[in-house]
Amino acid sequence: MPATQVRRGTALTPRYDVAAVRRDFPILSQQVRGKPLVYLDSAATSQKPQAVIDAVSRFYSAGNANIHRGVYQLSETATAAYEGARARIAGFLNAGSPREVIFTRGTTEAINLVAQSYLRPRLQPGDEILITAMEHHSNIVPWQLVAAQTGAVVRAAPITDAGELDLDAFDRMLGERTRLVSVAHISNALGTVHPVARIAALAHARGIPVLVDGAQSVAHLAADVRAFDCDFFACSGHKMFGPTGVGVLYGREALLEAMPPWQGGGDMIASVTLEGSTWAELPAKFEAGTPDIAGVVGLGAAVDYLSALDRGALAAHEAELLAVATDRIGAVPDVRLIGTAPRKASVVSFVMDGVHPHDVATVLDADGICVRAGHHCAQPLMRRLGVPATVRASFALYSTLDEVDALVASLARVRTVMGR
Amino acid sequence: MSDLGELYQSVILDHNRAPRNCRRMDDADRQAEGYNPLCGDRLSVWLKVGEDGVITDVSFVGIGCAISQASASLMTLSVKGKTRAEALRLFGRFHDMVAGDQPTEPAAGLGKLAVFSGVREFPSRVKCASLAWHALRSALAGETATTSS
Repeated sequence: MPATQVRRGTALTPRYDVAAVRRDFPILSQQVRGKPLVYLDSAATSQKPQAVIDAVSRFYSAGNANIHRGVYQLSETATAAYEGARARIAGFLNAGSPREVIFTRGTTEAINLVAQSYLRPRLQPGDEILITAMEHHSNIVPWQLVAAQTGAVVRAAPITDAGELDLDAFDRMLGERTRLVSVAHISNALGTVHPVARIAALAHARGIPVLVDGAQSVAHLAADVRAFDCDFFACSGHKMFGPTGVGVLYGREALLEAMPPWQGGGDMIASVTLEGSTWAELPAKFEAGTPDIAGVVGLGAAVDYLSALDRGALAAHEAELLAVATDRIGAVPDVRLIGTAPRKASVVSFVMDGVHPHDVATVLDADGICVRAGHHCAQPLMRRLGVPATVRASFALYSTLDEVDALVASLARVRTVMGR
Repeated sequence: MSDLGELYQSVILDHNRAPRNCRRMDDADRQAEGYNPLCGDRLSVWLKVGEDGVITDVSFVGIGCAISQASASLMTLSVKGKTRAEALRLFGRFHDMVAGDQPTEPAAGLGKLAVFSGVREFPSRVKCASLAWHALRSALAGETATTSS
């Protein structure tokens, strides 16, 4: 499913002004180990624009009160800020209504919510949950937990050596017993973009609901839950330029309505007696306890920031970064790219013969370059690809071609440092 | 570069390129695995311990970064011929050097292991340096389970 990018203005897309974007991110102007910071780990967490930092700070300086309970003005203002963010996020995801947007601690909690509230009551021994062989642990382990609780089975559709989902095999694995499909929109380890709309169509043809793990995608592609036609969509604030500790579960209203609460507590009830309780309406039914109000306000500011960008120009910028980085990193002696699917987000995973990824990352760190080295919380994928770990450079809207060059120059001296 | 030079000293690079005692030991009487769940690195340590408690042979096999490979290699050279108690005391001193609150004197009875003194400036790599030692301790304790450093 190609991203539906909005091109503003005339047919001539204005050149993406990455220098101006970088000025919005105060952290990027610092020096690390005496060198300019080169932050290439945005797939782990993205940096935050000043607008997000200010929104959180302003909330605590001038707007803090608990929500949904105070009769005083400050609480009403806080509630309006919280619910206003929900409405803007609903629009950002193209959800049908803010009632379909549940705030969670992040993607992981959103997936666990679906596993325990939606899926667990529906599972019988022998039922199947279908994922892929390239999922993040957060899209594996919640299903293993619910499978252990119910006698269901987690199955993983195979991938190709290039790191692409084998869609035919996936289709064949959809069966009578499949109760849910859960796939990443973008692989965190390799950057592969899965055809989620196609996947949803195949699953829906058999009446199987689909969860899309959008943790990696919202920062890169327009996330349109109705275009994807997915039943659930999960994402994390901190990977889309918002704060840590807050995320979103989108769910189709009819499904959410039919689901029991997951956690009990304040704010999710209609009435409580010592004999029993009744539940609040959506979305409050799934938001027990005082939420991360400032985090939601910050996430709203992040969505505003993303929405104000020319997403078409941004996509072109990231496509250029990916193409150049793929060429230049791939040309470093003894480097082998891991994950070469035709449709990728701006993530380049690789190994260097004879040098462990951790040692590569330590040498890069000495040059102020931040990359991830390890299994990327995707151990089954590493096993499938036959590598213990990789180095991953992941780019974002503030990344530059100069940073690609800095990475490549540093990579070129890794073997010397390591005495190879 | 000076920081990197402190970490990747030539002895470490040499042992990474050509690790000593890097082999399976089919007639070992103890074996344990070390596993670092953060990075997925894993190694096995094999031991032969005499009735007098002396480590008569030690070997390892595993996947890991230069620090963990060199640490395992140098560990095998350091503990061979030592008693169980001496080996554990050595681990204590090694651990104090790479992760203790106070910097230790480099020559505090550590011999060649002093080349790992630079690791304390790289907190994320302490686990790499200790992985083989944790496995050794498990093997000495007669544990067969995988230990996480």
